[in-house]
Amino acid sequence: MAVGKEIRTKIASIKNTQKITRAMEMVAASKMRKTKDRMQATRPYSKKIAQIIKHLAQANPEYKHSFLVHREVKRVGLIIISSDRGLCGGLNSNLFRKTLLQMQQWDNANIGIDVCTIGSKALGFFGNLKINVVGHVSKLGDAPHLEDIIGVIKIMLDAYEQGTIDELHIISNEFVNTMTQRPTLDKLLPVAASELDENLSGHWDYIYEPDAKEVLDHLLSRYVESIVYQGLVENNACEQAARMVAMKSASDNAGNLIKELQLIYNKARQAAITQEISEIVAGAAAV
Amino acid sequence: MTMTVHVDIVSAEKEIFSGLAEMIFAPAELGEVGISPRHAPFITRLSPGEVRVKVSDKEYYPFFISGGILEVQPHLVTVLADFAIRAKDIDEAAAVEAKAKAEEVLANKTGQIEYETAKTQLVQAIMQLRTLDRLRKRGE
Repeated sequence: MAVGKEIRTKIASIKNTQKITRAMEMVAASKMRKTKDRMQATRPYSKKIAQIIKHLAQANPEYKHSFLVHREVKRVGLIIISSDRGLCGGLNSNLFRKTLLQMQQWDNANIGIDVCTIGSKALGFFGNLKINVVGHVSKLGDAPHLEDIIGVIKIMLDAYEQGTIDELHIISNEFVNTMTQRPTLDKLLPVAASELDENLSGHWDYIYEPDAKEVLDHLLSRYVESIVYQGLVENNACEQAARMVAMKSASDNAGNLIKELQLIYNKARQAAITQEISEIVAGAAAV
Repeated sequence: MTMTVHVDIVSAEKEIFSGLAEMIFAPAELGEVGISPRHAPFITRLSPGEVRVKVSDKEYYPFFISGGILEVQPHLVTVLADFAIRAKDIDEAAAVEAKAKAEEVLANKTGQIEYETAKTQLVQAIMQLRTLDRLRKRGE
């Protein structure tokens, strides 16, 4: 029967798409579990090191490390962590929107910006804008290694030490739960004691072994590395969660579409049959 | 009542230990240190070796760490290890093998970088074995 040939092919093609989105949903779900475990595994370390840094920011060290000193801000560094692949809902675009808003604020205050991007999507987006991208790394996979991102971090830390940039920020997605991922901007350098611990205020300092400079150098670069790494691992978990949700709604939408088309198709077929019968009846009556 | 201090040991991969202790021993870079509760603020780098947490007179928890940072606050001790395992979980066979491999690389020196990594691996393997040895001597 020739009725509704186009509708039938359309339904078939949507069904194929639905198969793909459903497969992607399941892949993302299983990957999300793994990336989430990885994220939770590294959390204690970065939490503890952040706590130590917080203590340190309240101490009165005889040696003032440049990472602890506030300077007048003329230029900032920004590390942007995005995903490598698309098809993950509004994850990256939400992040970029927030980044652009922040950049506008800096621009209005006449502050220059240097950007390091992690993940292809960020480079694709910010590379096309008139923004100074000084470093980039991508294709890190689901289980990124710390060694892979050290290069990018080093660019920023060197720039900070040489005085090219006066502040270092990082923007990435925070994993709230499977349904919600929130883009968050954090200031890495100079290290700021955000909430002061009452017990620790006053004049005191650590005993350093072997000496303050060596220990602080080691600790502070470790700190930045661990925060960026944590951001990366968390962003990975966000990516998989966002993709899973996006693919689920895509599959659902495809299902709805198929239902609607099926209805139209059935109506068209019914109409064709009715018409045929009435033609036959009319023909028979005429005889 | 004896005084206690809160001890946290975390490695880059997971939290290894968290709880109260009477004393903690760690291999600082300039020699082993023992930290009692209410110790003055102290911060140091750690070399590969054994961290021991004394929970009570009879109860010790030994850990192996491959280096890291130790931070001491009067009521809080934090060990940030690059890599840490409970001493009981050290795989002796793997440690011996790693030691042999590192020695082999050191024997026929190739590149500078390989030499350095082999040296670190050798130190780590030796320290793991030494930690195990000490465990045995104490009869645990």
